[in-house]
Amino acid sequence: MYDMKALYQARDVADAVSLRLAHPEAQIIAGGSDVLVQMREGKRAGKELISIYGLDELRGVKMEEDGTIRIGSLASFSHITRDPLIQQYLRVLGEAVDQVGGPQIRNIGTIGGNTCNGVTSADSASTLFAYDAVIELTGPEGVRRTPIGDFYLRAGKVDIRPGEIQTGILIAKESYENTFGHYIKYAMRNAMDIATLGTSVNVRLSADRKTVERARVAFGVAGPIPLRAVTAEAAAAGKPVSEELAAQFAQAVKEDINPRDSWRAARDFRMHIAVESARRAFLESVKLAGGEL
Amino acid sequence: MSKSVGKSVVRVDAYEKATGRAKYTDDLCDRSALIVKICHATIAHGYVKSIDTSAAREIPGVVKVLTCFDVPDIPFPTAGHPWSTDPAHQDVADRLLLNRHVRYYGDEIAVVIAEDEISAVQGVRALQVEYEELPFVLDVQEAMKDGAPQLHEKYPNNILAHTDIRKGDYETARQEPGLIKVEGWYDTPTVQHCHIENHGCFAYEEAGRIVVVTSTQIPHIVRRVVGQALGIPWGKVRIIKPYIGGGFGNKQDALYEPLCAWCSTQVGGRLVKLECTREETFVSNRVRHAIRTHIISYVRKDGTLVARKFEAFSNQGAYASHGHGIVAKGMGAFPQLYPCDNLECDCWTVFTNRPSAGAMRGYGIPQAMFAGECHIDDICKAIGMTPLEFRRKNLMPVGYTDGFSKNELYSDTFNQCMDKGMAAIDYLRKYEQYQNQTGPIRRGVGLAVFWYNTAVWPISLESSSCRMVVNQDGSLQFQTGETEIGQGCDTAYSQMVADAVGVPLENVHVVSSQDTDVTPYGTGAYASRQTYIGGFSIMQTATALRERILRIAHDQTRMPVSNLDLVDGNIVRKSDGRVLKTLGDLATEALYSLTDSQHITAETTAQIKSNAYSFGCSFAEVEVDIPMCKVKLLNMVNVHDCGTLVNPALAEAQVHGGMSMAIGYGLSEELKFDEKTGKPLNNNLLDYKLSTFMDHPDLQAEFVENAEPTSPYGTKALGEPPACSGAPAIRNAIFQATGVAIDQCPITPHVLYRKFKEAGLIED
Repeated sequence: MYDMKALYQARDVADAVSLRLAHPEAQIIAGGSDVLVQMREGKRAGKELISIYGLDELRGVKMEEDGTIRIGSLASFSHITRDPLIQQYLRVLGEAVDQVGGPQIRNIGTIGGNTCNGVTSADSASTLFAYDAVIELTGPEGVRRTPIGDFYLRAGKVDIRPGEIQTGILIAKESYENTFGHYIKYAMRNAMDIATLGTSVNVRLSADRKTVERARVAFGVAGPIPLRAVTAEAAAAGKPVSEELAAQFAQAVKEDINPRDSWRAARDFRMHIAVESARRAFLESVKLAGGEL
Repeated sequence: MSKSVGKSVVRVDAYEKATGRAKYTDDLCDRSALIVKICHATIAHGYVKSIDTSAAREIPGVVKVLTCFDVPDIPFPTAGHPWSTDPAHQDVADRLLLNRHVRYYGDEIAVVIAEDEISAVQGVRALQVEYEELPFVLDVQEAMKDGAPQLHEKYPNNILAHTDIRKGDYETARQEPGLIKVEGWYDTPTVQHCHIENHGCFAYEEAGRIVVVTSTQIPHIVRRVVGQALGIPWGKVRIIKPYIGGGFGNKQDALYEPLCAWCSTQVGGRLVKLECTREETFVSNRVRHAIRTHIISYVRKDGTLVARKFEAFSNQGAYASHGHGIVAKGMGAFPQLYPCDNLECDCWTVFTNRPSAGAMRGYGIPQAMFAGECHIDDICKAIGMTPLEFRRKNLMPVGYTDGFSKNELYSDTFNQCMDKGMAAIDYLRKYEQYQNQTGPIRRGVGLAVFWYNTAVWPISLESSSCRMVVNQDGSLQFQTGETEIGQGCDTAYSQMVADAVGVPLENVHVVSSQDTDVTPYGTGAYASRQTYIGGFSIMQTATALRERILRIAHDQTRMPVSNLDLVDGNIVRKSDGRVLKTLGDLATEALYSLTDSQHITAETTAQIKSNAYSFGCSFAEVEVDIPMCKVKLLNMVNVHDCGTLVNPALAEAQVHGGMSMAIGYGLSEELKFDEKTGKPLNNNLLDYKLSTFMDHPDLQAEFVENAEPTSPYGTKALGEPPACSGAPAIRNAIFQATGVAIDQCPITPHVLYRKFKEAGLIED
């Protein structure tokens, strides 16, 4: 039994927007794997809910005319992992979300919910940061697009305005083309866990595969919200592929990250794991891209 | 005659459980039940000054609010021990139904009874509690210091109990020149049982008595405790135990049955239900004692143990529950496992402001084996002897007899088990291969043995009762007070009954549920006692039943009893093997006889005044990723000598489950507390890192079957032993791989990070 005051089920996106305006205090619910847990804990007890879970138009992964990959906000983790477009162009994202919780959670949980929850540990978030994803929101004024880095405001808080719902996540062709990536979820067990640290790296190598054209790295749980390690990215750009470069790249992430001390893990431990994860994820990405070490 | 014992027959409850038809406590509760929700204290130590219930009582659906100011002033004990008529041996009665003196963060201070769960939860949130806070203490040795916060008036320095063992002359013996001193402090964590079904119960009054249906391992003991807690005659209490989803010792305590029963009496005897959430299960049921152990060994270079000191500090938490029994059992193993002529052993059980520790699978032995078996490998390192060689030299020898329990080691169990385990994991080759590795990824193989004994004699009463009732078709029902808690005793007992009576297994029907109004007395499931203790009453009752059947057979066939037998459900003339009639025909004729109608039943109680050693070992192979501070468990083997196997498939499953618990104990599980507030930090299944099967290798269970001569079926303990030696085997494997001795569990990446840094294996 859940202590909910009311449940409004949206018929379509427009209806969801009207419901949001009519019930500004209501919480949006998609798969419910976060919201219902919070409600049971008492954090959202007695609240109204607006369910958008029935909006099939927000499911699926598509490629738009300009090559942009659009992931519907209600795409489940398991659908994303198995999607042919994801497997071809953004394999690392499929692998990252395949490490969320367990099979049941991956079937019910959505990427929209994962990002709107605003937590730094979300398994999709670091890879979306590393690919400069754009968040699409639909509201009374129509569609608004915002870079994912701006969408995350602070821990647990994202930029969803009155009347808006998140309707899609977009990744531009320029961002994903010819890239290969690797995600390391560092957790205390191999399933049913949240990340102690999430590290997502992707690289684009030169045609001869000897030089790093572009490298990107983003972390979850290295700060209050997911973040990019731009110093490390700059350190690798244009450099010849090598083990030493991986080590330099990894050491450079320390300039950018700011994990905290908590009972879940100490700051120095997270720093150490971030460096080692960055090194390994970089090397793995280079290997996937056909680079020789 | 076809034998059932020794075969891997299908569990008698397999179909019911696999299809979801088996009824558990909550399935049986009528929907009209009022719901009880508990208000738990949000301070670690202090007094409740007042509770304002007015807002809670205004909530629609709330029926009644009861607080610590309303309960009867009757302190009661909760431990699932047989009662002792000697006051000196009775369990400590130290808690009330709701407590004004709050002794841990989570203590129960009030309840809200409502028509539905949401109203009850809202009611609890609406209670306004005013506290007088006191300083609190979480650490066991801090709690013993003068001036530490005091939890219970009668126990100065919070010491619930202290016991010791002395042998020879430790102080003199350790002066021998040339001895090598090895010293270590070993810490084990607070962990929880994490059975899949949270504890829950429901209660109602009927004909002036209180009925409680509950998820418990010990229905007859709970009956006594409910009677004590409510101050009513024990005969006024009826406890019913349906199928339960695991217990592992947590439900070897009276948990919320007394409170639930009392709540019913406060609402006119209406049906009330109290179900724990997982969060409550972690904090407000029972946990395993965290024990800190200090061991000093003086050893000759040839591996001879000359003098040893053992000190253990057991963190009892807020209330006595099973109390000193746990650490005392662990200490008891110390002089026996590696006999040594000069010993000084002491152990203390100490109250702290943590959740109450009670029974948990192993009852002090997982803690004692972690400390003891880590220490053995520390000795091996110090004197340059292999872990195998040292154990072969020093482990309890064949013929060893314990003076107190009279337990005897009849067979060369340890060597047989180690040999079998070594072969299974290819130990010797791997041990050589993994010596002196370098590089970031290293492997190791570790060994640990365990000591265990079966049941609780002579510390407590051991008795078991059994009833058998023959039906007209020659099938029979049987009942015991020993409970099925998922371990499979209903199946093992059915096999034992079939063989002892002489009927086919399919004609044996176990009455799985215990109901204290109708089930013969037995103390329940604990102490790995089920097949051993239950075996006595089953054999004795089957013998009585057979005697009665054969007397009737004599009346019906005119053959002398001495020439009759009951085999596979048939009355057989022994001289020529002819089947004279079936048991069904005999029973039908006996029951409907117009001259001498007989209902064929038998019921006996067996008192058991023996006990049996049950030993074995674990081997673990690990791969340690040093930069990532991670351990991957590659292989694990447990070998047990639990005597004759009643059902090999069930025995194997039992071992797998215990190994899984040992993996969590060794690598990931720990209930944590905020040092500033005493608040539990991770009392949920996300933050408490119970290992998943993604964290397990294929688990291998092997057996050495030395039949136990004192047991009617040749059996000895297997319930708890599988959880006892896995964690130190993993630790010793990590030790071999890295050279880093880690003297605490769980060995998490956080711990490895610190230790590897200290050892210079990683740098930032």
